[in-house]
Amino acid sequence: MSLLEIKNLHASVNGVEILKGIDLTINPGEVHSIMGPNGSGKSTLAGVLARRESYEVTRGQITFNGKDLLEMKPEEAACEGLFLAFQYPVEIPGISNAYFLRTALNAVRKYRGQEELDAMDFLPLLRDRMRLLEMDEKFLNRPVNEGFSGGEKKRNEIVQMAVLQPTLAVLDETDSGLDIDALKVVANGVNSMRSKDRSFLVVTHYQRLLNYIVPDFVHVLVNGKIVKSGGKELALELEEKGYGWTEPETAGARR
Amino acid sequence: MSSVDQIQDLTKQEYKWGFVTSVEEDRLPPGLNEDVVRALVAKKGEPDFMLEWRLKAYRHWASLQAKDAEPKWANVHYAPIDYQAISYYSAPKAKKELKSLDEVDPEILDTYAKLGIPLHEQKLLAGVAVDAVFDSVSVATTFKAKLAEAGVIFCSFSEAVKNHPDLVKKYLGSVVPYTDNFFAALNSAVFSDGSFCYVPKGVRCPMELSTYFRINAQNTGQFERTLIIADEGAYVSYLEGCTAPVRDENQLHAAVVELIAHDNATIKYSTVQNWYPGDKEGKGGIYNFVTKRGKCLGKNSKISWTQVETGSAITWKYPSCILQGDNSVGEFYSVALTNNYQQADTGTKMIHIGKNTRSTIVSKGISAGHGQNTYRGGVKILKGAKGARNYTQCDSLLIGDKCGAHTFPYIEVKNASARMEHEASTSKIGEDQIFYLQQRGISKEEAVSMIINGFCKAVFRELPMEFAVEAQKLLSISLEGSVG
Repeated sequence: MSLLEIKNLHASVNGVEILKGIDLTINPGEVHSIMGPNGSGKSTLAGVLARRESYEVTRGQITFNGKDLLEMKPEEAACEGLFLAFQYPVEIPGISNAYFLRTALNAVRKYRGQEELDAMDFLPLLRDRMRLLEMDEKFLNRPVNEGFSGGEKKRNEIVQMAVLQPTLAVLDETDSGLDIDALKVVANGVNSMRSKDRSFLVVTHYQRLLNYIVPDFVHVLVNGKIVKSGGKELALELEEKGYGWTEPETAGARR
Repeated sequence: MSSVDQIQDLTKQEYKWGFVTSVEEDRLPPGLNEDVVRALVAKKGEPDFMLEWRLKAYRHWASLQAKDAEPKWANVHYAPIDYQAISYYSAPKAKKELKSLDEVDPEILDTYAKLGIPLHEQKLLAGVAVDAVFDSVSVATTFKAKLAEAGVIFCSFSEAVKNHPDLVKKYLGSVVPYTDNFFAALNSAVFSDGSFCYVPKGVRCPMELSTYFRINAQNTGQFERTLIIADEGAYVSYLEGCTAPVRDENQLHAAVVELIAHDNATIKYSTVQNWYPGDKEGKGGIYNFVTKRGKCLGKNSKISWTQVETGSAITWKYPSCILQGDNSVGEFYSVALTNNYQQADTGTKMIHIGKNTRSTIVSKGISAGHGQNTYRGGVKILKGAKGARNYTQCDSLLIGDKCGAHTFPYIEVKNASARMEHEASTSKIGEDQIFYLQQRGISKEEAVSMIINGFCKAVFRELPMEFAVEAQKLLSISLEGSVG
């Protein structure tokens, strides 16, 4: 059974249709990449999957884990195993990283009927994941993302993913704002989590990230539609020829 | 059960402490005049100096009342209060002198149990002495012996009048004179009880002191009086927590708190205020018109106010510091939350008189529903206050689009060497923040509660641990239903 199945998805933001009929199937263990120019709808797709309320789905279905994703609240989707690494992680002043993540993990564990972890059990786990992402321990007690550099915020997203162990991780432009060293660290973190039970949807503007997180499938999103799909070599082709190369096939989607 | 669960459960509750205890009452008929003051003094068996003082206060209040001089400047709105419809004294009937808790009316003890005030063992374990004020008369006081050993006097105000009249005479009204304001005058005339604490020279009070006030009798305005004196080099931390049952009619609460810190003394005064706020339509609820002021009389003295105000229909309250001694320090940390139709006009006054006096003000206002939240703060640097410093931070958080946040800072500087800093912000609780937390599996209600607690962190960390937990729970309860 597929993990995620998107059928003819149309979605609008503030009354403007952004996604114009997306079909995409992701099986367990697969890594898919969505590439596309600015404004093509990549982040909207990520937001719709995470059930952002202000994104209105006007047509189509999404099945996740065999359940209707569009019936779920954001926290239910999260508890079902969907994780979104944000393009712009927000700051939560006054709440420590450790407290926030323990609350999140326990919410997920509770949903799954697992026992909640106390601080004694949780901290070693968090420390371990932070080491994986080469994050200093001082970030344990710092308020969530407050005063973090762009790169630290992105690494913190992957730490959260490593703690929450989702079945589908959507990475929304996780590479933006990262220098090459940080990019490698983040990619290592992601690669260490690849398994036959976990799938990834890597949303990116540049091919660069895909040198490190090598996808099984690449899809090109232009003007709200997937205009081309292929293997990892498609990303290289795009890098070479630019997104303009895909345009003739969009059948009037763009000027 | 984890604390998260508890908070979640709590957010689903109606005002939990809305129950009424049926206890036989000894009360005066409604109305206020000189005879009522005399009757009150007689009932309480107070000495002449108290009668004289109360009568002066009453006459002052009556003159203000005649001039219609009830303060109207606060940013709150309410129907006129009929002071003649209030009964000014109500006490659970004392059958005899009480020697131990076993003799206390079991219904009263049951009330405390419902309130979660474990008067017996649990407080013992927690090391907190409780002077429990039930309606207007203290019915039980614990830990007396241990405090007495340290030389600390901690008792009900009535007992202090009886047993320590000299101290009462010396300090009562020395920080908040009965002429101070309308409600202070009213309180001075008719206050029925409260707490008294004296910490002698060089003594560090061996435990946190706490008093739980509770309004119970219908139509009985509660007029508490608290007086705390820290003598040279003494230290005391005092906790005050309030909760009141559901009532339809508005109830007046006009307390006065006076603190006096001598040379090198420190007083820390923490409040969690959770009087009944009225229902969702704004019906009922307590009018909380309180005068709280501390005087840093001696050099190097320090007074620190921390308050978490979540209850009451209307709050009118400005815990202030008079920084008289050189190098004295005043602090005010406040979280005020207004939901539904609650109104709060609260803040502080820091009056710098001595040299090198310092004050810190951190105010966090949260408005939800139709709540109106006003910060009103005054910082005054007098001529002689060379080298005075003030830091003020004043943040407002709005939830929804029907509430309001208002800020009125008054700054008056008469010495050019003063250094003043003022920071203020107003923000709406962010959809992005809520979504971020939800995406990690946290429910919307809990996400809001978390963001609010983070917003209030700078104040909560000033509270004693036990109170900080309670304060977080209260915020969650108070915000119930405010986020769609």
